[in-house]
Amino acid sequence: MPVTQIAAQSLPVPIPVPSSHEHLSHLRLLEAESIHILREVASEFERPVMLYSVGKDSSVMLRLAQKAFYPAPIPFPLLHVDTGFKFAEMLSFRDEMARSVGAELLVWRNESAIAAGTNPIALDTRRCCGLLKTQALLDALRHYKFDAAFGGARRDEEKSRAKERIYSFRDSAGQWDPKNQRPELWNLYNARVHPGESIRVFPLSNWTEMDVWQYIHEEKIPVVDLYFAKERPMYVRGEALLPIEQAFVAHRDEMPQMVRSRLRSLGCSPCTGAIRSDADSIPAIISELLSFRNSERANRAIDHDQEGSMEIKKREGYF
Amino acid sequence: MATLSSPSFSVIDYLAEERGKDLFRFSTAGSVDDGKSTLIGRLLYDTQSVYEDQVRAIEGKGTTVPGQIDFALLTDGLRAEREQGITIDVAYRFFSTARRKFIIADTPGHEQYTRNMATGASTADAAVVLIDASKGVLEQSLRHAYIASLLGVRHIVVAINKMDLIGYAEQQFRSIEHDFSLLLNRIAQDTGNPVDCVFVPVSALAGDNIVHRSSAMNWYAGQSLLEVLESLPPSRNSRLDPFRFPVQRVIRPSHTFRGFAGQIASGTVTVGDFITVLPSGKTAQVTRIVTFDGDLESARSPLSVTLVLDREIDISRGDLIVAAGSQATVARNLDAALVWMDLRPLQRNRRYLLKHTSQTVPAVITAVNHRTHVGTLQHEAATTLELNGIGEIALHLMRPIAVDLYRHNRNTGAFILVDPETNSTVAAGMIHAIHDSTAQGKPLHGSSGPLTAEERSARWGHRGGVLDLKAPEDLVDLIERDLLLHGFIAVRINADDPSPSSDHSLLDAVVQRVVDAGLIALIAHQPDSDEITAHSGSYTTALAADSPAQAIAAVHELLRRAEIAVNTQKAGLQ
Repeated sequence: MPVTQIAAQSLPVPIPVPSSHEHLSHLRLLEAESIHILREVASEFERPVMLYSVGKDSSVMLRLAQKAFYPAPIPFPLLHVDTGFKFAEMLSFRDEMARSVGAELLVWRNESAIAAGTNPIALDTRRCCGLLKTQALLDALRHYKFDAAFGGARRDEEKSRAKERIYSFRDSAGQWDPKNQRPELWNLYNARVHPGESIRVFPLSNWTEMDVWQYIHEEKIPVVDLYFAKERPMYVRGEALLPIEQAFVAHRDEMPQMVRSRLRSLGCSPCTGAIRSDADSIPAIISELLSFRNSERANRAIDHDQEGSMEIKKREGYF
Repeated sequence: MATLSSPSFSVIDYLAEERGKDLFRFSTAGSVDDGKSTLIGRLLYDTQSVYEDQVRAIEGKGTTVPGQIDFALLTDGLRAEREQGITIDVAYRFFSTARRKFIIADTPGHEQYTRNMATGASTADAAVVLIDASKGVLEQSLRHAYIASLLGVRHIVVAINKMDLIGYAEQQFRSIEHDFSLLLNRIAQDTGNPVDCVFVPVSALAGDNIVHRSSAMNWYAGQSLLEVLESLPPSRNSRLDPFRFPVQRVIRPSHTFRGFAGQIASGTVTVGDFITVLPSGKTAQVTRIVTFDGDLESARSPLSVTLVLDREIDISRGDLIVAAGSQATVARNLDAALVWMDLRPLQRNRRYLLKHTSQTVPAVITAVNHRTHVGTLQHEAATTLELNGIGEIALHLMRPIAVDLYRHNRNTGAFILVDPETNSTVAAGMIHAIHDSTAQGKPLHGSSGPLTAEERSARWGHRGGVLDLKAPEDLVDLIERDLLLHGFIAVRINADDPSPSSDHSLLDAVVQRVVDAGLIALIAHQPDSDEITAHSGSYTTALAADSPAQAIAAVHELLRRAEIAVNTQKAGLQ
């Protein structure tokens, strides 16, 4: 076969082609890939489930699931791992979304850890996450015998996530071995697991934070009000804004102040800082995003308690 | 791209501009010293794709001199990698420019990570191969180029790095360019896949010719690396390739609706099209193309849709729906190139599971035809392949499946092998030859059944395709006459005629029929400016207005690159 060497200066400049069908935007291409993944998993696994965290990524994933199986309903349930520290607005939004798309919603809480008063100040964030999120998730997957769980994680979020497969294999303890991942070529996914083993699936792997917001805008997907700026009571500590949702986060004699602010990513209220913002619409959020100098997880305490902490959590079974 | 700081920034304009962007994937490979991490870090940093907290997290760490950022730390994500100072696994990175969204599959370069390189290349539109200008061509660059070509990556961008270390000397650049071009020729011959290459002299450390053109190399008149990546065509299957639709799932919410869900692997489907279901060979007509956002009149690769047919035929997951006129081959015996990816070596006559599109069939490897030594491109006799080994094998499937050759279709020509005991993915395969065939099969003289694309191209001496010309009428006349003289069969369609071609869907349908018949649809437009162009497949080329001979030569080159001209002797080309 011949090799054509093109001098770089004479490279053709693509010109628009007459047919209106020719151009597919990056969002259409990402959507088509995600739908393919959702259908593969639903067809190849016995008991799939979609982890629904109520955040923007989950909202996009839920819409993609509606699209993948239309006109049939979504053929798997949604699972929300409730740590007891989720914002009240998240819980009401969650119930409303599940009702409106007609999906079955399962909620799982690590009741014994919650009853024992587990919180990120009494423990450190890593152990708190370990009990309320990771342990609860593993218990729920085991209880319902789910063999595949969709998550909304994206590769652009964090360094160890950049190396995650779309089908992320987990052993019978739910753990991830980053050095022993299956090669994943083309769009051919190896769905074979032994009994007790499972996979986590990330249909949004190739989306960026900006893609997610643009898709929410284009598709008019509802998101929780906490993403939009308004006057909210916050504990103000230097640059950091801490929601007052849980009383125990307050220092002695600390008084909340009203701050025009919003949340950039949704987690548990004690560990999710807000940002000062005037962005009260999706276009305003997108425009704000273009000006950001920090990544979206910069305000998540759990990612920063030690070098490589996301990888450690993932090895233990975190999403 | 308008920036926020510019007073004219409007988010509405920005979003409109975003809708015009496409997606382009490229792979990189390299190891500790060749500057790959620096190059990627530079691309991300200079396109403002890294956040300050990510930079802060690595500042003052790493091996570079104080005050400089060690970009490798930005990209090496796993603890084991940071501890060992090497990239082990494929990492995906994202950035965008005013024209495109990019996904980088960043892979390690050492031989022991061949499988990671193959993984990164499998979905890439282009591969960026790094060569250290101070060291010349090393085996590692050759390996990356070979694997990219084997996996069907057409565009190879050769970044000759560390030009600063050799005083930006043109002579050394030209000498590496010459040597590596010869090697790429041999690679393309070995893999059977065509290669288009571009050479760019860069210094990732100094930022020369990465994002911005450098003033340090005035002898280089070409584009920066990023400009090259912005202008290459994506190597997705085109909408004019034969229609292929692997069925993922039957959607049946009630007894009144039965649809077949899948992602279009190649080509276009339009309501009213006749399709054939393989391997059964049953035919039906498409009555609806269903999506959540409403029915479509027509849909193209790579959209995910649901098809409804006009009659009840037995279709299940794993079947391949194809255009009735251009069928895939139903086969059980194949030759394939294989990249072995498991610690346990290949065992002949052992049962593996072959996953192809949306189906899995048991298969055995009956023979290893040869093993390829990537460093020398020599073929060696072999009875097995070990981890990271590359070779060609003969394969027997327990039941027939519908396939295409990999060089014709990167979806329906690819497969993976899974070990049924360990469940590991043990190999990636690319179909090179099909040895048996059913009624829908290979071009056999006197065979019956519908004509195949291969039979047509064997008869016409070229493949079907579209040649889109924006040129004055007299130049189109000359080109049409020249094509006739050279044995091409072209059907001329003047796009500017008021009817019927003012109706785009009708024009598309006519063009599709012409292409399906294996002919060239020669679409002529009046140029709306001085720019005279020819477009085919994913290629566009400018035509010289003042030199018809040059314009005609450029059209021939275009037809060759778009793989319409397949048999150059028969078509009368040199």
